[in-house]
Amino acid sequence: MKLKTALLGAAAGLAFAPAAYAERGTDGHVNIIYWQAVSTLNPYLSSGTKDVETASLVIEPLAGFNEKGEVIARLAAEVPTVENGGVSADLTTITWKLKPGLLWSDGTPVTSADVVFSANYCMAPDGGCAQLARYEGIKSVEAVDDLTVLVTYDEPRPNPYTAFVGATSPIIQKAQFEACIGTAASSCTDQNFRPVGTGPFVVTDFRTNDVVQMAANPNYRDAAKPAFATLTVKGGGDAAAAARSVLETGEFDYAWNLQLAPDVLAGMEAAGRGKVINAFGTLVERIEMNMTDPSPSLPEGQRSTTAHPHPILSDIRVRQALSMAIDREILVEIGYGSAGRASCNLVPAPEMFASDNTGCLVQDVAGANALLDEAGWVPGADGIRTKDGMRLKLLYQTSVNAVRQDFQAIIKQWWNDIGVEVELKAIDAGVFFGGDAGSPDTFQKFYADVEMYANNFDGTDPEPYLAQYTCEKAPSPTTQWQGENINRYCNPEYDALVVELGRTGEMDKRAELAKRMNDMLTKDSFTVVPLVDRGRNSGHSNTLGGVILNTWDSELWNVSDWYRIK
Amino acid sequence: MFTFALRRLLMAIPTLLFISLVIFLLLEAAPGDPLGDVPLTVPPDVKEKMRAALGLDSPWYVRYVLWLKQFFWVEPLNLYDYMFGTDHARGLQRVISFQSRQPVMQIIVQRIPQTLTVVGMSYFIGIAIALPIGIYSAYRQYSWFDQIGTLVSMIGFSVPTFFSGVVLIIFFAVKLQWFPSIYDTTHRVTDWASLMKQVRQMAMPVMVLSLYNAAQISRFMRSSMLDNLNQDYVRTARAKGLSETVVVLVHVLRNSLIPVVTVIALGVPTIFGGAIITEQVFKVNGLGQQLITSIHSNDIPMVMTLTFIFAILIVTFNLIADLLYGILDPRIRYD
Repeated sequence: MKLKTALLGAAAGLAFAPAAYAERGTDGHVNIIYWQAVSTLNPYLSSGTKDVETASLVIEPLAGFNEKGEVIARLAAEVPTVENGGVSADLTTITWKLKPGLLWSDGTPVTSADVVFSANYCMAPDGGCAQLARYEGIKSVEAVDDLTVLVTYDEPRPNPYTAFVGATSPIIQKAQFEACIGTAASSCTDQNFRPVGTGPFVVTDFRTNDVVQMAANPNYRDAAKPAFATLTVKGGGDAAAAARSVLETGEFDYAWNLQLAPDVLAGMEAAGRGKVINAFGTLVERIEMNMTDPSPSLPEGQRSTTAHPHPILSDIRVRQALSMAIDREILVEIGYGSAGRASCNLVPAPEMFASDNTGCLVQDVAGANALLDEAGWVPGADGIRTKDGMRLKLLYQTSVNAVRQDFQAIIKQWWNDIGVEVELKAIDAGVFFGGDAGSPDTFQKFYADVEMYANNFDGTDPEPYLAQYTCEKAPSPTTQWQGENINRYCNPEYDALVVELGRTGEMDKRAELAKRMNDMLTKDSFTVVPLVDRGRNSGHSNTLGGVILNTWDSELWNVSDWYRIK
Repeated sequence: MFTFALRRLLMAIPTLLFISLVIFLLLEAAPGDPLGDVPLTVPPDVKEKMRAALGLDSPWYVRYVLWLKQFFWVEPLNLYDYMFGTDHARGLQRVISFQSRQPVMQIIVQRIPQTLTVVGMSYFIGIAIALPIGIYSAYRQYSWFDQIGTLVSMIGFSVPTFFSGVVLIIFFAVKLQWFPSIYDTTHRVTDWASLMKQVRQMAMPVMVLSLYNAAQISRFMRSSMLDNLNQDYVRTARAKGLSETVVVLVHVLRNSLIPVVTVIALGVPTIFGGAIITEQVFKVNGLGQQLITSIHSNDIPMVMTLTFIFAILIVTFNLIADLLYGILDPRIRYD
């Protein structure tokens, strides 16, 4: 009897053992598919989020954002704040302290010299660093001692969490990248493809635009993580094939950015092998109104410049009517399903910056018609309104994208119903977003009356995003058509608020200012007509545990916590 | 013959230079920007600096001559260094891809195995299927075999590969779960089990492409055989008492193969071009997929180098096809 009990006890004990001893590398291999293939593993030279996110598996910043948008410490011992003395009271300096005992994957210690080097690497002239905006406004980055770094800004910074925070601003090893500063950055292929890092994985093989293979980092700071011994990030194909490989055939465990119609995804999920997860960030699909005249009858160099205000859209009643005629709930249902929410706000998140602005969510065709009548636009015999001999005709452009073309068709129908004639135009995404000064089809040139696309901002602070709409940021021939104020919106009151926001430190007042600026652009002037707050859709296999979708940082931010569900 | 070949080779050089100039000018004139994929969160002044770092602020003729020098001097020098272990090319700027900042030649060399394995294999299988089908279809013209063969050829030729590929994936990978839907380019064949895995992952792309190639070549074979089966010498051979097999497979086939061989030779450069659509559908990630991703992201050095290499291959294989025709057919004489 005693032996039997003892054996049963031993068997029971063994059954519980695996759950208690999750060690590094016990869960085997994890397969990830990014349908836009990874081109390089150096975020400072990258051209897309796929590179930044895959690199985040290997190299890490001092701090990052969690799924709620809060700043969390990664390589830093703790997040510096004004309360704990890490940020100076006048908001001009921030002191970062590294965790003691951190090692690079090749065994050498991580020191403040590496942090200082990372900043210098990106700020080097002629380096062409893609993440230079994270290091903007920095006067100096000094190593106070082996584990402490002091960052000094030109001006007081209410939000100091830009440099070294987030996957776009990681710490690279000085010893590895020493010879790669400035113009030499591009020629350091080996370093760019196999960076030495502190992250949970190290690169074992990299083929550009194809596949990355990684293995668990033996010098990772948590001895029990990562649970997976090897990892692959495969690229290529399209979103549908990626979704199929996770949800239907089970070849892959995680697929990024499944931009597919909601019914397609639901159909694939029905196979029961995986699930689609979504989370919302700051990405808002919106219609931008052109406040200037893009008419081809104007000479080249004067089209879409502030010299000629728009003959139709300068009237706020017209813009408001156009916004009122749209039923955003139907747009969400058709285009995004559960991965979208109707929105009237340019800044929908974080919560404290989201204005209480829901007036546009209900479609009001009668109200729109009334406004247009009031503005003097009289419906003609064919139903299209005219005024002073001018037809109410708009050119509506966007990029080539199945969902966007659907939206265009529906919105054109609604605008026809209120007597607006609409011409649709779809431009290849590479050209539309390209910024080529010689092309007439870029979204900055805005040779159209209204255009639709989506934009978001990095991190959790909307100040640089809202500051885009100042008068001097309008694109024009003098700026080679570069500039972020593509509506050419010019309001001195708004510019004054931008200046004030730059000087305000307390979060409550910042939030209030941000909300006012958001309202000025949306419900007060209808310059920006938000449509959908777009979430991110990703898919993962039912056997993969620990996945939390994070839209504020890299999606692979917590791979070290992933495990295989047995 | 020799002077003919020499003359053609010498003519090829200015032709190729002209082709490279045309490609370069086309890429310059094309809309789109190498920095088009950069997220909108990157401010425009940062993008300007990135553009300068890529060398895009020099005028087009400077960049063209630079590319010529890199392609014709620096790259062969690198190859020489690689083969003989010397150091002559150290420090010289190679042709660098905008997207990944890796030397373009390294990427091409990395991708050739995938393309040659999958697309090359399907070309040979396509030929192996097409020749017997063409021969028998011609021999038994208008029979059931011929009609079905014609029908399958037309379908194989008309149905686009992105359709047949996806249909095969849904049927074999999703429903039957026999084959993987995504090709693993890092797979190494070391033993029987890994060879079987390689065969399984190649099965679908090869099926799609072989159907397409076989359709083309079998029609050629059939019409060439039909031309020859009615000739007088065939009647003579039969009258002499030779068996049907010998008549068809030895005498008629050898004469019919002449135009077919030249068509096959002309089709070889397409192997290197990769089957762009099929590679995308199955994620084979060979040269075709690289070309398409580079075009989408306006990676000018990559597109220039790849298309120029294809141009060289096409000109070379055109010459080879012409010479083969002269060698195989004694009636043709070049001077």
